[in-house]
Amino acid sequence: MTTTSPTTGTRQPVRDDSDVVRVRQAVRRLAQQARLSLVDQTKLVTAASELARNTLVHGGGGEAEVELVTSGLRTGVRAVFSDQGPGIADLDLALTDGWTSGGGLGLGLSGSRRLVEHFAIDTTPGVGTRVEIAAWAR
Amino acid sequence: MPTARSAQLSTILTDHAEAVRAAWLDASSVELRGRSTRGELEREQSDIYDALVEGLRDGGSELGDAAFDQLRGILADVSGARARLGFTPRETAMAVFALKEGLYSLVDDDVRAHLTPLMRLVDDLGLYTFENYADAREAIITEQAEQLMELSTPVVKLWEGIVAVPLVGTLDSARTQVVMEKLLNTLVETGSEHAIIDITGVPAVDTQVAQHLLKTVVAARLMGAQCTISGIRPQIAQTIVALGIEFGDIRTRASLADALVDALREKKRPTSEVRG
Repeated sequence: MTTTSPTTGTRQPVRDDSDVVRVRQAVRRLAQQARLSLVDQTKLVTAASELARNTLVHGGGGEAEVELVTSGLRTGVRAVFSDQGPGIADLDLALTDGWTSGGGLGLGLSGSRRLVEHFAIDTTPGVGTRVEIAAWAR
Repeated sequence: MPTARSAQLSTILTDHAEAVRAAWLDASSVELRGRSTRGELEREQSDIYDALVEGLRDGGSELGDAAFDQLRGILADVSGARARLGFTPRETAMAVFALKEGLYSLVDDDVRAHLTPLMRLVDDLGLYTFENYADAREAIITEQAEQLMELSTPVVKLWEGIVAVPLVGTLDSARTQVVMEKLLNTLVETGSEHAIIDITGVPAVDTQVAQHLLKTVVAARLMGAQCTISGIRPQIAQTIVALGIEFGDIRTRASLADALVDALREKKRPTSEVRG
């Protein structure tokens, strides 16, 4: 399984647009450190951007945890976005391409899943949502 | 303050170190409840305290003295770290002010009962002033960031009838609005019929950025202009595909040069043949 080195991660609040930018920068920095390819870096950063914005817009703010992880010989980056917002009532619907609740393109959540190697979502209506993503250097 | 007096202060602080530091730690843990663990605070305070005692012993009397070089360094580190962690100015300054709580325990009971409430109040006044000052500074920085946003979105004329917007950095709603307005105005002012939006400098194209780009293109088209999005780098192209964003019939090019050549070629043809 994965082990985490404690010195190479950050936990930051997601309260406004500038926080989304900060999360994105943190993910990019760690992705470069983990030596992800340029394409994988961009994909991971884009997914992080989507999810951080979801945390902000749909979750009413929350926090993001970004860290370097190692599994065997592979290095990767894991990002966890959590909020105590309303949660997602119908997860299947929310993961459908083109379905949107907020006037967006409806590709944020479903698209993010395609951008990263590992995608896990845990949501309870009325309690909150937690999305975990990870990408590994090839 | 003569050197002898400093040495005396250093002795007082050393003799009562335990009591002073305990009161200091208690006071600052109350203020920073939940933000800093007691262990972290204790380490931090022990550094500051030791440097203070040492500085006094070496004859320092004012913070600017060479004897306090180390103390100043530690304070700068602590404040910098707190700023980055999002502590408020008050929480940051409390690291030092709370030391006075420790010193109150050294004065005799009579003075303590009468004067300490007043001294605490004065500290609070100082902290309040400091906090307001910092808020004002923050407001100035935000204002400048907004000004920078406008500066960083120039619309340039590349050729007669062709304008371009080189986008650099993050594209959020506020900035898209600025870009769109500027682009549409420039199209009218210069009578241009080609607009090129170059995204070479945009680090990541997520759904929000894409949506903003699409809106800008549609708006430019409504004004009768041909619009091309250029500067699509390989990694961005792959990300856009994986995300599932469709640019539909909007013309995209890998580089600004390609987009310019296209626009020039179309300008040579009669308008009726031009299709976007």
